[in-house]
Amino acid sequence: MAARHQFENSNEIGVFAALTNSYCLAAIGGSENFYSVFEAEVGGEVPIVKASLAGTRLVGRLSVGNKHGLLLPTSATDQEVMHIRNSLPDEVFVQRTEERLSALGNCVACNDHVALVHPDIDQETEEIVADVLGVEVFRQSVAGNVLVGSFCKFSNQGGIVHPQASVLEVDELSSLLQVPLVAGTINRGSDVLGAGLLVNDWAAFCGLDTTSTEIQVIENIFQLHHADSSKAVRDIRASLLDTLV
Amino acid sequence: MFGADRGFVDAGAAVDARTVLCCLCGVGMRPNPSGMCVECVRTQVDITEGISKQCVVTYCSQCERYLQPPKHWIRADLESKELLTFCIKRIKGLQKVKLVDAGFVWTEPHSKRLKTKLTIQKEIMGGAILQQTFVTEFIVEWRMCDACARTAANSDQWNACVQVRQKVEHKRTFLFLEQMILKHGMERDAIGIKSQPDGLDFYYAHRSHGLRFVDFLGNVVATRSRDDKQLVSHDANCNTYNYRFTFMVEIVPVCKEDVVVLPLKLSKEFGLVGPVMLCTRVSNTLQFTDPVTMRPIWLDSEKYWRYPFRPIASAKQMIEYVVLDVEVDHSTRQGKLVMAEVEIARSSDFGVNDTTFRVRTHLGNILQAGDTAMGYDLASLQIVDPELEKYSGKHRAFVPEVILVKKSYAESRRRKRERGVSRPWRLQRMQVEEADDAPKNRGEDRMAQDEEQFFQELEEDEELRAQVRIFKDEQAINANTYIAGADDDDDDAPEVPIEELLDELTLARRGDGDEEEEDLDSMQE
Repeated sequence: MAARHQFENSNEIGVFAALTNSYCLAAIGGSENFYSVFEAEVGGEVPIVKASLAGTRLVGRLSVGNKHGLLLPTSATDQEVMHIRNSLPDEVFVQRTEERLSALGNCVACNDHVALVHPDIDQETEEIVADVLGVEVFRQSVAGNVLVGSFCKFSNQGGIVHPQASVLEVDELSSLLQVPLVAGTINRGSDVLGAGLLVNDWAAFCGLDTTSTEIQVIENIFQLHHADSSKAVRDIRASLLDTLV
Repeated sequence: MFGADRGFVDAGAAVDARTVLCCLCGVGMRPNPSGMCVECVRTQVDITEGISKQCVVTYCSQCERYLQPPKHWIRADLESKELLTFCIKRIKGLQKVKLVDAGFVWTEPHSKRLKTKLTIQKEIMGGAILQQTFVTEFIVEWRMCDACARTAANSDQWNACVQVRQKVEHKRTFLFLEQMILKHGMERDAIGIKSQPDGLDFYYAHRSHGLRFVDFLGNVVATRSRDDKQLVSHDANCNTYNYRFTFMVEIVPVCKEDVVVLPLKLSKEFGLVGPVMLCTRVSNTLQFTDPVTMRPIWLDSEKYWRYPFRPIASAKQMIEYVVLDVEVDHSTRQGKLVMAEVEIARSSDFGVNDTTFRVRTHLGNILQAGDTAMGYDLASLQIVDPELEKYSGKHRAFVPEVILVKKSYAESRRRKRERGVSRPWRLQRMQVEEADDAPKNRGEDRMAQDEEQFFQELEEDEELRAQVRIFKDEQAINANTYIAGADDDDDDAPEVPIEELLDELTLARRGDGDEEEEDLDSMQE
């Protein structure tokens, strides 16, 4: 089930938080609400870390990570890196990169096996991404946009790409990533998917404006409801039997 | 309707296959910048927001015109292009959108409602263009326009009156003034024009119109004016006063062809000119010429009113002379004038006695032996002028026996009239009301005589003619073609050349402003 969520009246929760299969980063906000929603939804499974990067709250956009590791920009202070490293599980590698394009979240999109990166990213960073996150790296663009992290979002189950991506492009990306993809929107028609959506293999969060249609698309492609739906089917079957009997 | 999905038209045939779900209703659609299908965009965005759906227009039912604020009234038929333009201009908020189509929705003519159906386009949400049609209702509010209100209420409600007076026996100055007023359209603001014994009264609704007219008169003729106001009502609370203004404009009582005796002081100012002088030109300055020395002087109204004087003889007292002999003195040429010594005899003396005069005249280049000329017989006129008596001792005045003023064309004119040839031109006339208390003794024939004299002056004086508008009289021209020898040049009476005439005048009544203006325009061409 995808949960609607917002950060201090902003729908762009992907800017202020990052979610992977093994940890969750959340910005230090004025209110505890932002943090507690994550706590309620995924608190049992993954550690939730309140963090800042380079003194800002933009943890989702400045960092990129998956189950295996976390990449931080060079602007992150030693103290912040230390805090994150201490809070994350030991098997997660935390690494700073000397990348010119410091908004790593916008330039890199990844799941646990494969990553798409900005076509202009450093060779060195590309290698670090491959090493730290343990993924295969492809330089790509999505629907003519080079900021792949902003305009597509995918987990190990599936992914959603910019609405203007052609069928051909979606097929190509899908075969590259080896997950099913769909073109879609978030936050009532917004195409900035990376900012509006947080997703891992079993949970998703989206901006408060997101419509039910959009949530339906997200749940379908990220296969978030299969556990719930089987339960629902059970319920329906039970009630059907009730009425029949 | 999404007119132009800019930016993703180029992807070729494969483009059409892709669909995304509308974020609101979930229907599959071609992706667009708003992320919604057309129907959902319609429900979300109203591009007619901020555009007035109801307006009030003001309409004068008397003259059937609409008020174009602030104060212009335009005439437009129902469902006409003009009315549509007018209505669209009255709708607020149309500047921010693109107007694609406009038309009227039929409404009952007596419903006091107009309905326009407009189709507009506007760019919304990142480049999509939405088109929408809507109806704006206009409530027609009836209100009389100022012009109608004035005619309906009290048409002769005036606030300013310009009283123009000239204390002379004839009306020639006013005939000339009339032409000047008509030429410059100065009569248009006037509510009424009334004829008074010594001049005309012009009534205006506003003081400024009256002032403008006084200014105009000051530019055309030499005048002096004073103004008075009378308190009509007064509101002590608002500290407002309602006045009626009266402007008294007095025109210098000296006309062309008058003989004057200059006051001694004035004569001295010009270096002892004159003192008996002939007025040769009248505009806002007066030109006097000494018939003996041909010396001209110019007098403006300010100077005149400092030393006012009246003519000792005017056109009516002129008598006809026959020129017997002319001796031109070419060395004295001054402008067009050449001094000559002529021998003349009164026409009335012809065949009675042998009295002849030898006089000096400025008409040397005009007169020839055998001509007739008009002049003043100063010897037999009784000149009673106290100013003349001041010229004594070393300033002793020389009063010539006879002053010739102009060549006379009376004979040739008479011959022409006998043949039935009429003037091929006419003048526009102003509508002048007779004052109720005006004495009726001033006969029609006196007026006709003045008019005739003014017409003759126009024929003789090219410069005067240039100042007024003269129109062709097609009827007279046609009639003249049937008279044998109408255009014979055996007589030398001056005529207005046909090239100078303006096309036929279509006289429109005052108040039908528009048609009149059109006529005037066509006449200017």
